[in-house]
Amino acid sequence: MPTSTETIEQLAGQEYKWGWNVDIEADEAPPGLSEEIICFISHKKKEPQWMLDWRLKAYQHWLTMKEPHWAKIQHAPIDYQATKYYSAPKPKLKSLDEVDPELLKVYEKLGVPLHEREALLGVESSGNGENAPRPDVAVDAVFDSVSVTTTFQKKLAELGIIFCGFSEAVQKHPELVKKYLGTVVPYSDNYFATLNSAVFTDGSFAYIPKGVRCPMELSTYFRINAKNTGQFERTLIIADEGASVSYLEGCTAPQRDENQLHAAVVELIALPGATIKYSTVQNWFPGDPKTGKGGIYNFVTKRGKAFENSKITWTQVETGSAITWKYPSCILQGDNSVGEFYSVALTNHYQQADTGTKMIHIGKNTRSTIVSKGISAGFGQNTYRGLVKVLPKAENARNYTQCDSLLLGDKCGAHTSPYIEVRNKTGRVEHEASTSKIGEDQLFYCKTRGIALEDAINMIVSGFCKEVFKELPMEFAVEAQKLLGVSLEGSVG
Amino acid sequence: MTTVLEPTNSFVTSFEKVDGHRAAWVNELRQRGMTAFCEAGFPTAKMEQWRDTNVSAIAQTHFVPAPTATGKAVLQLAKQYSFGDTAAAELVFINGHFDPHLSTTSALAKGIKVLSLEKAFETENVLLEKHLGKHARIEQHPFAALNTGFVHEGALVHIAKGAITEKPIHLLFLTIPGTEAAVSQPRVLVVAEENSESSIVETYAGTDGSVYYTNAVTEIIAERSARIDHNKLQQEGNMAYHTALMQVVLSERAAFVSHSTSIGSKLTRNDLAVFMGGEFAEATLNGLVLAKDEQHIDNHTFLQHEKANCPSHELYKHVLADKSSAVFNGKIYVQKDAQKTDAKQTTKSLLLTNEATMNSQPALEIYADDVKCTHGSTIGPVDPNAVFYLISRGLSVAQARHLMTYAFAADITRRIKVAPVRVRIEDFMTAQHGLPQDLRITDQARHDVAMQ
Repeated sequence: MPTSTETIEQLAGQEYKWGWNVDIEADEAPPGLSEEIICFISHKKKEPQWMLDWRLKAYQHWLTMKEPHWAKIQHAPIDYQATKYYSAPKPKLKSLDEVDPELLKVYEKLGVPLHEREALLGVESSGNGENAPRPDVAVDAVFDSVSVTTTFQKKLAELGIIFCGFSEAVQKHPELVKKYLGTVVPYSDNYFATLNSAVFTDGSFAYIPKGVRCPMELSTYFRINAKNTGQFERTLIIADEGASVSYLEGCTAPQRDENQLHAAVVELIALPGATIKYSTVQNWFPGDPKTGKGGIYNFVTKRGKAFENSKITWTQVETGSAITWKYPSCILQGDNSVGEFYSVALTNHYQQADTGTKMIHIGKNTRSTIVSKGISAGFGQNTYRGLVKVLPKAENARNYTQCDSLLLGDKCGAHTSPYIEVRNKTGRVEHEASTSKIGEDQLFYCKTRGIALEDAINMIVSGFCKEVFKELPMEFAVEAQKLLGVSLEGSVG
Repeated sequence: MTTVLEPTNSFVTSFEKVDGHRAAWVNELRQRGMTAFCEAGFPTAKMEQWRDTNVSAIAQTHFVPAPTATGKAVLQLAKQYSFGDTAAAELVFINGHFDPHLSTTSALAKGIKVLSLEKAFETENVLLEKHLGKHARIEQHPFAALNTGFVHEGALVHIAKGAITEKPIHLLFLTIPGTEAAVSQPRVLVVAEENSESSIVETYAGTDGSVYYTNAVTEIIAERSARIDHNKLQQEGNMAYHTALMQVVLSERAAFVSHSTSIGSKLTRNDLAVFMGGEFAEATLNGLVLAKDEQHIDNHTFLQHEKANCPSHELYKHVLADKSSAVFNGKIYVQKDAQKTDAKQTTKSLLLTNEATMNSQPALEIYADDVKCTHGSTIGPVDPNAVFYLISRGLSVAQARHLMTYAFAADITRRIKVAPVRVRIEDFMTAQHGLPQDLRITDQARHDVAMQ
């Protein structure tokens, strides 16, 4: 199909729409990693001694570790000494009015309703006619290393919900941070998580008290702005007994030639009866479409611990980054806990993704569902890697896994490497995987109905991903669908 | 030679004692094998391909090359596993050594040669030099490298152009260990020329109660349009270790069917690699694992689709009782040029107890776009609803469970064309589960009905 190949190439040739770079005077640490730098970060954030000790413990451990190479990804060696580990916008912001207008522009371009009034206006104006009013979204924007502002904080505080930057949480709620930090992802967990534990700069913190249903979607927007800075954010979400929360994470990064390291850690704690829904749309800069140069190395550790009768849902749409290395996991510790993982991963041009999940069944009657959709185009390499483990005490554990891959073009690759370990006879584990190309008969049919090839492909791909998109909160689902269309442009055949 | 092995390792010391071979190429091959083994050492759990199988017991045991054995016990064992008249030829190896008295090759059709490797070095040197050790990837399989280091005894099966054997060719490897822990390292080479058709059975068996080790390597070459039906039946003794690599190379339109059944041994690791190097080649890999006690059975399969239009089908089933454990790792690799590949892989496992462990790793690695590749993996208990139904028809709980287990395995056994292999597996299952005779699908007539 020469025509479709051409279309693919056209589509693939699209530029990264979010690739601009605003000059904001940054307060930076010199490049390099050492105990001094860690002390510098800790000092900058006015952290208590226990926090600094934890960081240094992690750093000492990190020095003994080796960079992992088991994932199906290839990259030039990372120079950890060339990265800047701290970069904060300057001057320090105290209120919204002081926010650098340049910074606000960045978010405006992204369409994030950062400004509280703007957000409210947005809600009011969109409630016309057939459209239902948009639900409120509380945004915690993390710009490079610092949480800039958090909207709706007051409204949430009325319900006892804490939603703030991580550094603020360390200052204001040290007892909660101390109690839960590192309980799901210990400082010694893996190379990148340990690095993060040593140098993390900011991130989001959320605590939903007992029995409270969070009335709005909590949202974080991450941007990597300054050159050569890695973004090491740390997110901790605690849903106390019977609480429920939906959390959205969105990421974009401006265009850069050097590969930028992003090693984040997300910890979720769902106490008995709680529900946490964590959704991600990741659209970091994927590198130069023609040469594969630059882009973000996204090495992320995300894990949730689910206690009795609780539920954790991970939904991710991964369309960006030069390399994605990410396995949002669930430790199903309590009886009757539920873990879910829905993923769409798209690799186009020279992108590589090695992503999947781990479901560790420990408690009785634990259930997990995995739906993974991989799309490879251009020279993209897409790997699903997952582990489903049923431990001896997990009576009646149930898992269903489905991973489908779609290949667009003959230069890309799609791989599936699931690991299934069952140590209890009552465990039922099912795994299904398929790999195929887009159906020519489907395309032909669409074309006979007058639908352009490109639209037809978009339609089929979005149908392929529907199962995952329907799990996303509404605002995100729309964005994700658009993003997929944009990322896919020029890549079908 | 950089080595990770102690110079006192029993394999290293025995290698030094191996007599030089008359043919220089054999000595070179052995040296290459031993060097590769010494460089790699014994696999550890840190290696991805060995993460779930611990071979430290093999590494730590002092094995000596198995001496020959004779006497009543040998005859009895040989009789027990012999195919008798149903085989076209039967080569019997006792402790890895060819036994001409127990073997028979008189009923072979024209164009088919089945001979011991020792003999073949004399009469078929050209063919051996062309193929032996040229296909097994010793760099990736330390145990295959080890076997190559000791290449000496085993079998050569040569099916000439257009030759057909309906009856199976049986290679029977028996071990009756003496007082010391012994190792035998049989090597099999099968060369099937154009348009030939053959059925080959490898049986590995031994006596219970003593430690021994079998480390086998089989290389199978199927030329254009050759058809091979291969059975491997592993019924080693309950304290035995068994490692094996089978490397199959298929040319255009060749068809290869493998049935690998693992019943015995304390620890087994089978590697089965199929290189599909010609268009329209077809591979069918079926496997059955019946494990109990503390057995550990590991099957690694690797289907390498190198050319377009090749279908492959794979079905592996595991029945795990007691504290047994099993590993299935199946990779389907589709090269860029292997368009129109149709690969289907299925693995199903039945856990009969809470102590049993199953590790399943089905994997797809695909670089071509116009393909249809699927894999499915299920692990679960005997279906309680089906058991309930059977109880309501008057069966006891135990009977119902046995029947369900039997039926689960019969899905594989009924596909086995060689009757003596099928009967032996079913004998084993009947003995283990006490199934009524009328439920067996052993005779050919019933088999054919089942196949329809």
